[in-house]
Amino acid sequence: MSAFTVIQSGSAPGLPTPATPKNVPHRGGDANPSAEALKAQFGAAILRVDVVWGETNVTIDPARALDIVRWLHDDPSQSYEYLSDVTAVEFRDRGMPIEVIWHLRSIKYRRFLRLKAPLAKGQPLKIASVWSVYKGADWLERECYDMFGIVFEGHPDLRRILLWEQYTEGFPLRKDFPLRGRLSRAEQLRQALAANPEARYSMEELSIADAFQELPLDMRARIKGGESTGE
Amino acid sequence: MGLIQTPTPSVVSVDPVNSEGWITTRLDFLVNWGRANSLWPMPFGTACCAIEFMATAASKFDLARFGMERMGYSPRQADVLICAGRVPFKLAPVLRRIWQQMPQPKWAISMGACASTGGMFDNYAVVQGIDTIIPIDVYVPGCPPRPEALIHAIMMLQKKVMKDRMSDTAARVEMEPDPTSQLYIPPSRIDKLSEQFGNSIPQTRSGQ
Repeated sequence: MSAFTVIQSGSAPGLPTPATPKNVPHRGGDANPSAEALKAQFGAAILRVDVVWGETNVTIDPARALDIVRWLHDDPSQSYEYLSDVTAVEFRDRGMPIEVIWHLRSIKYRRFLRLKAPLAKGQPLKIASVWSVYKGADWLERECYDMFGIVFEGHPDLRRILLWEQYTEGFPLRKDFPLRGRLSRAEQLRQALAANPEARYSMEELSIADAFQELPLDMRARIKGGESTGE
Repeated sequence: MGLIQTPTPSVVSVDPVNSEGWITTRLDFLVNWGRANSLWPMPFGTACCAIEFMATAASKFDLARFGMERMGYSPRQADVLICAGRVPFKLAPVLRRIWQQMPQPKWAISMGACASTGGMFDNYAVVQGIDTIIPIDVYVPGCPPRPEALIHAIMMLQKKVMKDRMSDTAARVEMEPDPTSQLYIPPSRIDKLSEQFGNSIPQTRSGQ
């Protein structure tokens, strides 16, 4: 099958017509066949397989996360082409690890798989970036870093995405972060107003660097002069 | 036909032939009347209040009745800033710069609970009332306010404009931003930047 073969909806090779699942149990039921394949391939790196509301959660060893995701993407029997989400969960129980979660979807086999990698408390929150497998992980991992402070090693440009880059108060979705932030309202406002609205955007995001030669002469002169506040 | 037409006392006649075609008024009143009935809003919609704002501007509620049919998305050609929706801290310097870019005289309406007080978003990310950033003339309660509420606010603003006095220069004094601030743009540069968008020089603030 060439890379550009169009698979019509409901006509995936060797699979029955899809139907809406009914009477799905809360726990248990048929696991995604990828879970067994992962156990066979990675053995001890697969810590646990749960089926919750018909969806398969595979808990994996964080050290092998990139290998596992790459194999799921590359192996023709798995073919998880699409990364829905990268996120994290911190539980109310302070002793429980923070989980980094990947939502993977195989368009070819119509499968959904959720991978969870527990990161122990008290350790540096570091995990491998899957950016080399899915380019779409770029902003998802940046958001996850912004909100939880999880460092994705190998990410090309890991910095804050929702909050501004000078934000000093920490990582808002962590359980030890107070709802109203750490600083007083007056100090928060002062810091926010002192921020330069344009300085948050990199040259790459604005594509100015690419389009530099097409800009008007005066704008080119201003940017060349090191000005970062052009309108 | 031989009949001499005399103007009815309650009608203002502008017939130049008729020697009684005079009206007298205060300049204050005339200027304010003109301003109040041709306010150009600058919508700053950040959340769900902007949906109600759109409804207000659309045909059923028809904001054009108040001389506001011209929504200006350039702050340089706007009189009223209508902030509809919550403003996060990340947007605070942007909103303040937009306010600074508007020429005097200018007014601001804070539409909805979130813009006025932060509303339910009493958290790390949302400004607790945009009057901590820019001066506000009318606050509209509601979550979101009905279009009638916004129209009421606009009519209140028109009454405020009508009360303006030429002798009171406070409203026309340019609020100069702090030159040491990062947000400061020198007036000459604002002229230069706005020129290419067709702004006439008197509208910009260097006064040249």
